Amino acid sequence: MTRRAPPPLPRRRLTVLDMALFGLVAAAVVFVAWRVNSVLVYNWDWSRVLGFVARVDDDTGQWVSNLLLQGLFTTIRLAFWGTILAAIIGLVMGYWRTCDTLALRIISRAYVELIRNIPPLVFIFIFYFFISSQLFPALGLDSIDRDSPWVDNVFFRFAFGEPALFTNFLSGLICLALFEAAYITEIVRAGIQSIDRGQWEAGRAIGLSRGNLLRDIIFPQAVRKILPPLAGQFITLIKDSAIISLISVQELTFLATEVAATTGKTFETWILVAGMYFAICYLFAFVFARLERRAGRARR
Amino acid sequence: MTPSPLVEISGLCKWYDDFSALHDINLRVAEGEKVVICGPSGSGKSTLIRCINQLEAHQLGTIRVAGQEVRPGMKGIEAIRREVGMVFQGFNLFPHKTVLDNLTLGPIRNRGMDRSAARKLAMDYLAKVRIAEQADKYPPQLSGGQQQRVAIARALCMQPRMMLFDEPTSALDPEMIAGVLDVMEGLARDGMTMIVVTHEMGFARRVADRVVFMDEGEIVETAPPEQFFNAPRTDRAKLFLGQLLAH
Ligand SMILES: Nc1ncnc2c1ncn2[C@@H]1O[C@H](COP(=O)(O)OP(=O)(O)O)[C@@H](O)[C@H]1O
Ligand SMILES: [Mg+2]
Repeated sequence: MTRRAPPPLPRRRLTVLDMALFGLVAAAVVFVAWRVNSVLVYNWDWSRVLGFVARVDDDTGQWVSNLLLQGLFTTIRLAFWGTILAAIIGLVMGYWRTCDTLALRIISRAYVELIRNIPPLVFIFIFYFFISSQLFPALGLDSIDRDSPWVDNVFFRFAFGEPALFTNFLSGLICLALFEAAYITEIVRAGIQSIDRGQWEAGRAIGLSRGNLLRDIIFPQAVRKILPPLAGQFITLIKDSAIISLISVQELTFLATEVAATTGKTFETWILVAGMYFAICYLFAFVFARLERRAGRARR
Repeated sequence: MTPSPLVEISGLCKWYDDFSALHDINLRVAEGEKVVICGPSGSGKSTLIRCINQLEAHQLGTIRVAGQEVRPGMKGIEAIRREVGMVFQGFNLFPHKTVLDNLTLGPIRNRGMDRSAARKLAMDYLAKVRIAEQADKYPPQLSGGQQQRVAIARALCMQPRMMLFDEPTSALDPEMIAGVLDVMEGLARDGMTMIVVTHEMGFARRVADRVVFMDEGEIVETAPPEQFFNAPRTDRAKLFLGQLLAH
């Protein structure tokens, strides 16, 4: 006997309430647009702002990126390296939060509490001063030769941007990563602690060393569990990277401020910039959601 | 002189904070011997066997496994643990690894075995617990009984000198229990040294050389199974067996 196919589920429909809500939102948008147009008498002009995205080079006659696009690239670089750096710091600190060594627990706890209880801006001002005036000179990073082939090559430019701005970029990156990693630390700690005690015990019972136990058993399971909050924190990192503009890292927000001041086209500039941030964050969330689904499928 | 026992516990005391979980435990288990531990819930059975491979640290007394003393926080505990397989009530398989990878992890990491040798060994043990066809599945896809047999195979893959079982059938549906007990009886016939915490009286009668009865952190009575189940000497054991049979 073959069984019947399941009956189709009822389709989800828009109700009157849904329509009313949409109508309300649309009315609000129209009202704001009308205010801007008739009351503010705002002169929309996208062409000047778009010219700061890309322009035709006078000498070569080719399209080249202008300030806003350069800022976008710097922000993407910040997001990329910042995510990696923050993930590494967060993983180590998150593990320290849970490990048996008291000193490591205290250090990681102090780190988290310190950062969580200071406004990001204040932290970044202090840390920027420390990094750029103390740490980099101590490491000799402030005197790297910008023209050496190690630095002045296409790969370096692709990965880190202009060699001349490298130390500036790096200090912003470290500030950002240190700040976000405190939150990742707490996510990682929660992930590790959510793993059943039986997993530790089973690993120890078959004679795994602590390192192997963490690497083979605990971290892989913890990472799968924390993927959603981790994605959220990475997106927060991208958005928070705008703060770095205040220590003169030439990322999207910093350059947009300049463009808005030069052109006087505040709305156009910031709407465009908002669109750029939205695109990066949304793309990131999309990629992460796919990753999550993949990780989920591997368990089935 | 009798050969030195595989496990030798003397004067063992264990506290959780100031709660005394084990008090003055003395127990010797010879190579090849099968000991069943029973007793009411909370009497310290799990704590006792978990001290043997140091999943719990004891405060007083000595524990020797194959002649070597086991101390809390000692270096090289991994070398002792590979001689002492353990099976848990809740299976504790690694859910993110296939059945086969659950089995090969220990031999590869602890024994330094190469991957293909470990796989071959694992397949042998999976065949032994009659579950070889599930090698590439993930543990959550298996029934409880299958999972527990995988857990037994995982412990055996370390080629231990003895096995500890902590209520291996308590979390199983009734129809799954026989399969697991069968595997354990086969292991006993092959001469494995076993310490089994269980309330399966049939298993204890068929397999055990001795039954150890615990209550409130102490060993109250030790006897061969027939004697223990038919004519317990202590009132506490009588009370316990009465409750067990009432179920
Ligand atoms: N990690 C722990 N912390 C505090 N008390 C515990 C812990 N583990 C067990 N105990 C207590 O120790 C006693 C013995 O526990 P256990 O060995 O698990 O008993 P059994 O296995 O015989 O049921 C119980 O009273 C239990 O509450
Ligand atoms: Mg128990």
